[in-house]
Amino acid sequence: MNEHQPPPAPGVYNSAVTEPTTSAPAWTPVADEPLRVGEFTLASRLILGTGKYDTLELMRDSLAASGANAVTVAVRRERMYDRVGQNILDYIDPATYLLLPNTAGCYNATDAVRVAKLGREILRALENPGANWVKLEVLGDSKTLLPDPVATIEACSTLVAEGFQVLCYTSDDPIVARRLKDAGATSVMPAGSPIGSGQGILNPNNLQIILEYLKEGDPTYPVIIDAGVGTASDVAVAFELGADGVLLNSAVAHARDPVRMSLAMQHAAIAGRQAYLSGRIPKRLYATASSPEEGMITTRPW
Amino acid sequence: MSDPKIQIQFNGKAMEVPAGSTIADLLQVAQMRSQLVAVEQNLEIIPRELHAQTTVGTGDVIEAVTLVGGG
Repeated sequence: MNEHQPPPAPGVYNSAVTEPTTSAPAWTPVADEPLRVGEFTLASRLILGTGKYDTLELMRDSLAASGANAVTVAVRRERMYDRVGQNILDYIDPATYLLLPNTAGCYNATDAVRVAKLGREILRALENPGANWVKLEVLGDSKTLLPDPVATIEACSTLVAEGFQVLCYTSDDPIVARRLKDAGATSVMPAGSPIGSGQGILNPNNLQIILEYLKEGDPTYPVIIDAGVGTASDVAVAFELGADGVLLNSAVAHARDPVRMSLAMQHAAIAGRQAYLSGRIPKRLYATASSPEEGMITTRPW
Repeated sequence: MSDPKIQIQFNGKAMEVPAGSTIADLLQVAQMRSQLVAVEQNLEIIPRELHAQTTVGTGDVIEAVTLVGGG
C-alpha cells in the first residue's frame, strides 16, 4: 500500500467491500481433474442422495446447492390410484443429473440383482445415461445397516457379468474392498461409518489402506467414501485421505437447513480435495517457528 | 355378459382383472405413469415396449416399480 494513503478503516480488509489500492498478485486457480467413474466423467466429486428430505422442493434445491452431477435414487413399488401423486422425477431433471439407482434395502444377492435390473429398466426408458450403473448395497443387518460382504461380492460378480458398472457399497475392510475390485467393481465405496449415523470417518487408517491397495498400479481407480458423513469437515477429511469422491445423503437431508449444508458440503469437497493435492505438512510434536531467528533484536530469556 | 375375470397379484395386492388384460391396461387402471415405471411379471422384466402386447394370466405376480428418494 502507498504510505501516503490513509489506512483502511479498522476491520475492513475485504476487497469486495473496499477497492484494493494495489492490484492483487497474479494468481490462477488450480483446476482439479473431474471424477472419472467407469464411462462417466463428473465435474463434481460429490454424489448426493435424494432420500429423507422434508419436501421434494428442499431436495431439488439441496441438489442444486451441492453442485453434484450425479444423484442416487431407490427403486420402490409405485403407488396405485394416485394420479396427483408427485414423482421424484418431477423434481430431478434426468437431462441435468446422472441418476445412480441403488439396491438399498436388499439383504441377499438375488434381490439386489433383481432390483438393479428394475432400476436399469426405468432409466433405460428415461434415456438417462446412468442406466447401466448401479450402487450395489447388500445389507447384512437392519440395525447397523452394515453390508453383507459375501453377498455383496456375489452380487457384484453377477451384475458385472450382466454388463452393469457396479459402484459397490462396502465396509472399511481392505480385504473385502480388494475382493470387490477383483470381482470387477467399477468403484469400491467404503463406508466412513454406518449409514445415516453421522459419525464421520471412524477408521481413517483402514480407508488409507484401501486407497493404497486399490490404487496400487492403478492410480485412477475411483474410491468413493459412501455413508456416515455428519458434517462438512467429514467430507474434507475423506478427500484429504485421498478419496476420489464422497457420497452422502442424511447429513444434508436432515440438517436444520439442508440447502445451506449442501453448499457447505460443496466447499468442503473442494477444500479437502485441494488440500490433498497440495500435500499437507507432517504432524510434529514440537513447534517450528514461522519467522526467522536471524536478525532478532531481542534476546531469549535463557 | 361381462368379460370373464382372472385373479392376479399386483404390487402385493390380490386383484381381479378382465381376462386378456395387458400390462398397459393394468398400469392405466392403477393410474400409473407408464414412462416412470418398470414392470415385472413373475420375476421377469417386461420391457416398456412390450407392455401393450403382454397379457397377464391367472395367478400372475406383477410388480410395477418407480424411482423414489434414496441414498
